[in-house]
Amino acid sequence: MHNHVEMHGHASLQKKNLYMKHIVIIGSGIAGIETASALTDAGHWVTVIEKEVHVGGKLNNWTYLFPDFTPAEEITKPLFSKFREKDFSFLPNTEIKTVIRNNNKFSIETSGNQQLEADAIVLATGYELFDARRKEEYGYKIYDHVITSFDLEQLFKPEGKLTVAFGKHPKRIAFVHCVGSRDEKSGNHYCSKVCCITGVKQAIELKKRIPEAEIFCFYIDLRMYDKHFEELYRQAQEKYDIQFIRGRLSEASENIDKSLLIKAEDTLSGRPLKMNVDMLVLLVGMEAGEGTTTVARTCGVSCEESGFLKTQDSFLKSNFSDQEGIFLAGSCFAPMSVHDTILHARSAAQEVNDWLKNNN
Amino acid sequence: MKKEGKIQVWQDYQKEIADDHYFYVRSCIRQNFFPGSEQTFLKILRKELNKDIYENPHHTSCSGIGYHSDIVPFDTIQTIIARQFALMTEAGYKNLAVSCITSFGIYNEIIETWKEFPDELEKVRTFLKKATGREFEIPQNVAHASDIVYKFRNKISSIGKNRLINQKTGQPLKIVEHIGCHYSKMFPCKGVGGAEFPYVLAGMIESWGGEVIDYPERRHCCGFGFRQYLIMSNRGYSVSNSRKKFESMEPYHPDAIVSNCPGCPMFLDRWQYVIQEMENKTYGPNGQGIPVLTYEELAGLVLGYNPWDMGMQMHQTNVEPLLDKMEIEYNPDLKYTRKDGKMIGKPMMVGCGW
Repeated sequence: MHNHVEMHGHASLQKKNLYMKHIVIIGSGIAGIETASALTDAGHWVTVIEKEVHVGGKLNNWTYLFPDFTPAEEITKPLFSKFREKDFSFLPNTEIKTVIRNNNKFSIETSGNQQLEADAIVLATGYELFDARRKEEYGYKIYDHVITSFDLEQLFKPEGKLTVAFGKHPKRIAFVHCVGSRDEKSGNHYCSKVCCITGVKQAIELKKRIPEAEIFCFYIDLRMYDKHFEELYRQAQEKYDIQFIRGRLSEASENIDKSLLIKAEDTLSGRPLKMNVDMLVLLVGMEAGEGTTTVARTCGVSCEESGFLKTQDSFLKSNFSDQEGIFLAGSCFAPMSVHDTILHARSAAQEVNDWLKNNN
Repeated sequence: MKKEGKIQVWQDYQKEIADDHYFYVRSCIRQNFFPGSEQTFLKILRKELNKDIYENPHHTSCSGIGYHSDIVPFDTIQTIIARQFALMTEAGYKNLAVSCITSFGIYNEIIETWKEFPDELEKVRTFLKKATGREFEIPQNVAHASDIVYKFRNKISSIGKNRLINQKTGQPLKIVEHIGCHYSKMFPCKGVGGAEFPYVLAGMIESWGGEVIDYPERRHCCGFGFRQYLIMSNRGYSVSNSRKKFESMEPYHPDAIVSNCPGCPMFLDRWQYVIQEMENKTYGPNGQGIPVLTYEELAGLVLGYNPWDMGMQMHQTNVEPLLDKMEIEYNPDLKYTRKDGKMIGKPMMVGCGW
């Protein structure tokens, strides 16, 4: 029997589902909560499993979002409202131990020894930030004033302090793009997609806070792929006087005064370049992370060479894993922005709902 | 600078270093530059650590300098290396101990080539068999001589007579370490501590009471760089590379430089003299240079060996400032005498810091 209620986009999912199914979602970041919310609205019983205590995932750590400097709170607040208001189950501090397929259902055992039976599973395990210590030549966690884009975002919070040695504001700051992305050495050949625009956004934010600072961005090429990105990049140069240098850093060293000596090649002028900066910001890329790899192994879902999860078809079935009944939502599939993650999560809900109608 | 960050890196790059029974292959150029260092190494291993280390007088240069200068083809150097391994196999040894950083890089490069391209290995086996009738096994363990000193650094410390301490102030001596490009830049996993924050020399310095100086141009080449020096017209480039390092380390007031590679102590030592002659510039206090030691010499000083017995009179940057800080007894009158009291002759050109 099929559900004959017509489904046209997210709003239609809110119509009462005559055939309530149980869906287990793994991960409670924006993708997990958005998917859970939409499927609950569609009338399904949803359980969200989260290995951490809180919902929200990585977005909890962000201060402003590109390209328009929207405070991250403006996204997390509605997300938390959905979490509070929607009627779905939430299992914090929980991981999945085993997943066994029984005919059309999945038997799931959790780390808390709960036994769940699900009609479908959605993997929304998100991503991990590249551990910048692996790019040893930049001295992250060794030199005092080498930080990551994640660390800088914490410094933008009200309690953060944008200071370097002797409590002074940094006068000269360099950003390094593609740290852990498009990089043979770290084994990540793919583009993390959002770091370029993150760098532009953070450079502007720094300039707003420390107008006298000189800011340099070292890039391979700048991938301003989405709406308003290119305009922001232009603004960074014209309005904020941020210097973009095409070249990748070869190494950083610490000077006796804790400033940093950086070396690069300016590939446009074809000359080696050496400069001292007070702060070095590493724009770290996204990785699938151990959490996603473990969940994939448990569920029998395949990973791409990059570690991100494999889909049946990247055009028409980007929410479908290669295991029937197991779906993907958000950045466990590929690096993506908050905006794209929300869209991908909503489409996951739609696909799950359609699949349940057609396969049960 | 956060030490804990370095410790994390060091933990990621630990290598297996054989405990005993080494087949030793010497460096060509060290015999001329600092001839006492290899002898000191053998003495430490045999007499202080009771280790079995064997060298076959028929072993040759690895031909690495020729290879890196594009004179020796790859097939040739592979066959030369295969012959060294054949001598080792015939002597019943499985652990290779390499004196030279260039050679260490060559041995690793060729072994890795054979792993990646087994056809190359079979080709070289055929070459060697046809040329010499010999056969060989690939070593089970390849260690640079400094790896072995590193492995036994704490033992050396425990039996040592001297510490890397400024005896007048009681403070640790500040020591710059230079590992040499071919130690781990080619294969970070083959070096203790990796390539970016290597620990092989730093571990010795710490164990023997000194303080390691990290300075901005630490990773920079010593100035040898093969073509920078081997082609005479490029030697100004060689000096300028060394100078860059001296300028960078000067604000930290190092008491000594310790080096891993045959070429590096040569250039860091000799070019200080040259810079003094060219620019009247010295990098130590009171017109003195910064003494440059090999790690064997440093270990020898810790063990209480006579600096002149180790050949330290061959240094062009005087080592006496370091000996004085450590309060090591030496007789200046015996600096240029043989064991039988006869003069070996003073250098015609005076050294840096005289």
